[in-house]
Amino acid sequence: MSIEWYVVLSSLLFATGAVGILIRRSPIVILLCLELMLNAGNLALIAFSRMAGNEEGQIFALVVMVVAACEVVVGLGLIVAIFRRKLPLDVDALRELRG
Amino acid sequence: MEEVLFFLAAFGALGGAVGVVAMRNPFYGVLALIVHLFSLAVLFLLLSSAFLAAAQVVVYAGAVMVLYVFVVAYVGGGEESAWEPIPGQRFIAPLLGLALFVELAIAVLGSSLLALGTEGPEVKAGFGDPAAIGTLLLEKFLIAFEASSILLLLAAVGAVVLAGRKREGSAA
Repeated sequence: MSIEWYVVLSSLLFATGAVGILIRRSPIVILLCLELMLNAGNLALIAFSRMAGNEEGQIFALVVMVVAACEVVVGLGLIVAIFRRKLPLDVDALRELRG
Repeated sequence: MEEVLFFLAAFGALGGAVGVVAMRNPFYGVLALIVHLFSLAVLFLLLSSAFLAAAQVVVYAGAVMVLYVFVVAYVGGGEESAWEPIPGQRFIAPLLGLALFVELAIAVLGSSLLALGTEGPEVKAGFGDPAAIGTLLLEKFLIAFEASSILLLLAAVGAVVLAGRKREGSAA
């Protein structure tokens, strides 16, 4: 398979994740869609690493995985904190910070 | 053989992604994301990055998804109401997504990366195996490695601060 197939698939997955973030309102599902977009980026990085023939892009993807894990931990901590305060788990209802 | 595997894994990844977006119950969304991540690991193997594929399955499909399942079980997978804050949001957003995909595809396929249409250069047998990744990580990218370890520590402390129970008498 030529590399462009992988890159086109990755942009398709990225667009799917973006649509999910636009139409869903549960913060958990928005985090899941964020994971989709980060993984689409990872796929593109690894495809380009294969195209260039060295492993440095894979290190980049590994660091993206670490950052994604941190983002999940903090995001889920926020969701648990929201739930503990008996606030609605809906990003349109939590609009206190909107100017 | 490679083409068959690619299309199977691509179908799985795409189906998982659409499942995450479309499932009304967050619990099924998490399960769809696990399908997506396994298919991506297959794609990583096809791109001869064995270590990343293993890390994807162990770290993502294993650890991170367990965290998601726990939180979904804790807060309860309530289904979203069909109320739309912006009228027609559900129809406009896919159009925007389609526009984003077309734009990205034009940008990628129209780029002047000459090796994009090939399968990439021939790689040696140990390409992307744990030894190669570890050598790069501990020699050339040592600072990134240390920075990511500090970031993980900060995230762990942050999660405890955010989600931990408040002690009695402490300021809210």
